[in-house]
Amino acid sequence: MRREPPQRLGDYGPLFFPAGMLTLFFVVPFATMIAVSFFQRQQGGFYTPAFVLDNYARFLSLFFGKVLGFSLFLAVAVAIACVVVGVPFTYLLARSSRKTQIAWLVALLSILSLSEVMIGFAWSTLFSRTAGITNLFVWLGLMSQAQALTPSFGAVMTAMAYQAFPYTVLVLYPALVRLDPTLSEAARTLGASPAKAFFTVVVPALRNTILATLIMVFIFALGSYLLPQLLGRPQHWTLSVLITDQAIYQSNMPFAAAMAVFLVLVSLALVGLAVYAGRQKEAK
Amino acid sequence: MTALRRLLFFVVGLFLALPLIVVAGVSINQRQTLAFPPQGFSLSWYAQIFTNPEWRNALVASLTLAATSALLALLIALPLAWFLWRRLAPWANIFQLLGVAPFTLPPVITALGLLTFWATTGFYGQSWTAVISHGIFFVTLPLVTLSLGFSAIDRSLVEAAATMGADDRTIFRTIVLPLILPYIVSGYAFAFVLSLNEYIVAYMTIGFTMETLPIKIFNALRYGYTPTMASVTVLFLVIAAVIFGLVARFGDLPKLLGALSEDK
Repeated sequence: MRREPPQRLGDYGPLFFPAGMLTLFFVVPFATMIAVSFFQRQQGGFYTPAFVLDNYARFLSLFFGKVLGFSLFLAVAVAIACVVVGVPFTYLLARSSRKTQIAWLVALLSILSLSEVMIGFAWSTLFSRTAGITNLFVWLGLMSQAQALTPSFGAVMTAMAYQAFPYTVLVLYPALVRLDPTLSEAARTLGASPAKAFFTVVVPALRNTILATLIMVFIFALGSYLLPQLLGRPQHWTLSVLITDQAIYQSNMPFAAAMAVFLVLVSLALVGLAVYAGRQKEAK
Repeated sequence: MTALRRLLFFVVGLFLALPLIVVAGVSINQRQTLAFPPQGFSLSWYAQIFTNPEWRNALVASLTLAATSALLALLIALPLAWFLWRRLAPWANIFQLLGVAPFTLPPVITALGLLTFWATTGFYGQSWTAVISHGIFFVTLPLVTLSLGFSAIDRSLVEAAATMGADDRTIFRTIVLPLILPYIVSGYAFAFVLSLNEYIVAYMTIGFTMETLPIKIFNALRYGYTPTMASVTVLFLVIAAVIFGLVARFGDLPKLLGALSEDK
């Protein structure tokens, strides 16, 4: 059946419900949030319609600058760590037997879907004094006494990398599984070692995919809202944690909304960049 | 190469498994202590999920929310994916973009948007608002699997049916639906599992009036530790693994995740 443009009103029928739902419950809430970001905050957690820029002006404070700087730094660190391990891992996974691939994919999907609350709880247990990994170190004779490893920057970073790693692999998987196997075979025939073939042929061929993945994982890590709170100190809070905190505990919706709008703009700019990086590949 | 692969797979596997092993360990402690290796053996913390009314209510709330919101996500995604496949309407792609957006942006944004929306309209805290919120938030998953399913349909099949006089409705029921059924099921399964585990959107919409399991764990964490958190985590992990395992058993998981064909 050839695709035809809709001719009668009835042809649009299937579109009514999805379009209505998405408009009413995604576009309108989004617009509401933007509107609230310009509202005037009242004492006691309420806000009144207005058009003020106070909420955005607060971005100019040193405190906000620090939070933003730390969020970006943390997300970059997590993205780099995940991609550095994820690229060789996914490359090898894509060349494994179908059975091995499926087993890993099921495991990765299960961990990816695990609630951030549960990931935070699992790592706080692993880093605790009484049930944590330091007990193993003591048993091995590496440490004299078990200790708690949270709250700390290392704990936040580890748990966020844990959360983002399955995502990284699943973003890389389609590109790597479709990669022409003759590429590295040719390099091998010409005498390159597997490692050399990987770094000089596979990685350059995937340059744009890797760049796009870095950006996607970066945005994913920016969205982490609980791990810095559960495993870090207040100075390890990120923009997402701060938005949640302002909206729920400080009841300052206009400020939370302004920060969310800012986060949207940052994310959209980066998605655009990722799409652009992906396009470059096709153009070649 | 094989040795290198084994080593990398082992290290990654260990990193991914370690926190889960410890959680599984503390979930079988005899007494209410956070100890690993576990002291004694008891499954009572698993029984707690079903016998303690607070945890059981949270479990029922989570399952109800996941089952209904995944259905809603599917009901939004199916006609949209069908329309985009059937008709030539480039401007309608904007709705595809809207459907993918909540999942691409940081979740706190969707959560806050819905919080301001429900607060403004005065429905804040009603349990059905969470169903709609999750349905919109997870519409991406069935939308992506269904778009994949539709693109795999051979159009000449449909054309043959049309030539023989079948109308759109008949074509959809007799040809399209059977062909995309596996994608419908997997799209629903993905949305179901993710909704079960979702915290921030649920918290910002119904967090003050009812508890899903992730909300319950978070609230319980603030008052200290109870091994039931560990047993719930293990339970959820098993549910996810079983569901994704079934999708892999009866469908083509590598293809769903972007591989080209099944004969590999």
